[in-house]
Amino acid sequence: MNEKNNSLLVYTLIYFGFLYIPVLFLPIFSFNDANYMSFPLAGFTTDHYEEMWSKRNLHKALWASVKVGVVASVVSTAIALLAAKAFVRYKFRGQNVSYGAIMMPFLIPEIILAVSILIIWINLGFPLGLVPVTIGHILFCTPFAMLILIARIEGFDFSLEEASRDLGENAWGTFYRVSLPLYLPGIIAALLLSFIISFDEFILAFFLSGSDATLPMYMWNQMRFVKKLPHVLALGAVIIVFTTFIVLLAFWLRNVGQGKEKQDIAIKL
Amino acid sequence: MNENFIQINGISKHFGNVKAVDDVSFSIKEGEFFSLLGPSGCGKTTLLRLLAGFEYPTNGNLLIDGSDITALPPDKRPTNMVFQNYAIFPHINVEQNIKFGLRKLGLTDDEIKKRVDDVLALVKLEGYEERFSGQLSGGQRQRVALARALVRQPKVLLLDEPLGALDKKLRDEMQLELRTLQKEIGITFVFVTHDQQEAISMSDRVAVMSEGKIQQLSAPNELYKNPENIFVSDFIGETNFLKASTRSKDGDHINVAIEDLGDFKVKNNLNIPENSSDVVCSVRPESMMISRDKSDWDICLEAKINQTSYLGEMTRFYVEVSGINKVITVSSQHFDNQSFENNTCFISISLEDISLLQKK
Repeated sequence: MNEKNNSLLVYTLIYFGFLYIPVLFLPIFSFNDANYMSFPLAGFTTDHYEEMWSKRNLHKALWASVKVGVVASVVSTAIALLAAKAFVRYKFRGQNVSYGAIMMPFLIPEIILAVSILIIWINLGFPLGLVPVTIGHILFCTPFAMLILIARIEGFDFSLEEASRDLGENAWGTFYRVSLPLYLPGIIAALLLSFIISFDEFILAFFLSGSDATLPMYMWNQMRFVKKLPHVLALGAVIIVFTTFIVLLAFWLRNVGQGKEKQDIAIKL
Repeated sequence: MNENFIQINGISKHFGNVKAVDDVSFSIKEGEFFSLLGPSGCGKTTLLRLLAGFEYPTNGNLLIDGSDITALPPDKRPTNMVFQNYAIFPHINVEQNIKFGLRKLGLTDDEIKKRVDDVLALVKLEGYEERFSGQLSGGQRQRVALARALVRQPKVLLLDEPLGALDKKLRDEMQLELRTLQKEIGITFVFVTHDQQEAISMSDRVAVMSEGKIQQLSAPNELYKNPENIFVSDFIGETNFLKASTRSKDGDHINVAIEDLGDFKVKNNLNIPENSSDVVCSVRPESMMISRDKSDWDICLEAKINQTSYLGEMTRFYVEVSGINKVITVSSQHFDNQSFENNTCFISISLEDISLLQKK
């Protein structure tokens, strides 16, 4: 077994190159002193980053995205937590059907989801804006949050909840004192991932946001003008770094305490 | 002393078509060490969970100290449980685990401190207050689980196979310790186990369960000496079954024909009817004598040793009696496998040691 399988290594390198090299161009060009994305590089500058400070519409869009992201992630994680607990803990009639129903937004094309909400929302006579975007994001984020939480709760020892009931706590006290602290890493991971999914989401926002642009909508609008491209690149680079950090954090949290160091996690958090 | 401290009245628990507990009625005395013993799936754990309030019965009712607890949730019952896997909360330390159940009892800080200190001393865990469950051995976890339940001073302590996860030496120690502890604090213990040796060595009384029903409820020595049916005889200790049929009664004795051995008069504690062919005779391996020479016991049979297993304190012989195509197990403290020439020996049985049982 001394012979190394180099063909697999080559495949792996090509795979990762294909995946990440295009993404790397974004930060590289964001420091390039030119309006066009082309080689050779024209020189180093941080002007594009400084430019972001002065864009009022960018700030407005960022704030809109944060608001939508926070509400969507909190609501979808709450729904997902209750659903995940029910799916793992209990066997009930209609289990598979309701599981499928919650997972559906994960599977149907986003554009169909967007158009459906758009038609209903307009027919109900409500104005477009951040509210329908948030509703769409809740639908879209819930299956992701639920998958994370199911993975977390599946490893949970339910005799801990029985022990709490046995020691005089009612159902709420048990949830608050035992289940919640132990689910917490999973809950935070679900919150972070659904926030990021909402923060990056474009199609639902495109159909439903009306004149209240979210950050991806703002970028889309700016890209129509060549002069405005560089600060969008800078913005994109910032978002990539931020998103990567959050996703790594979420994955670390999802796994923490699942193994040997189970007893330590709740204190760290 | 209340004879009917825990009353189990006609309790059934059905899961779909499965009758996990099937119309069971009995009482447990105050301050008693009571065991529910049986193979897995016999309903013993379900019965314990019914007492704890984790399951509700399909039929029947439960009383503890005169009050009906049938419909009460676990947090309203005067019971506490030591779980099979101990269920120590992993996110809080030993002291917080022990204090967990004191929050709602309305105690002052001084009273809480005293109770925690007392119970830590009782289970010998002083100095472990700051540890987390991952930093404890199996035996220590078991002590935490015990302390956490006892600190609430329940009327009844329920124990669900608490020694199952420990190694043999520690298990033997804990058996003795649990027994001593129970006598010291005087709380009624209801102990679930599948280990017959554990049940008979620790308990005041044992209920042997099978298929959701109580097979026999009596003191450990009664279970062993006077089993009431084949299941109990087979489950408690080891035994040999010999086919037989009854003849005529003679006072509290009865004449039986044991297959291939002849006619004998044995005691008839269970009042088995005359002329029944659905009976067996049970003889314990250690109640028989194995010897080199013929003895003057009631029954003495020449036999051939098929196999032996040396167990240290005794040796077990698997012998084939001449004329009977059946292997009988005999154990002896005096002989080992070196003692017999040509594997020939004599097996002696006293009629007093034969239990007559009825087939179902």
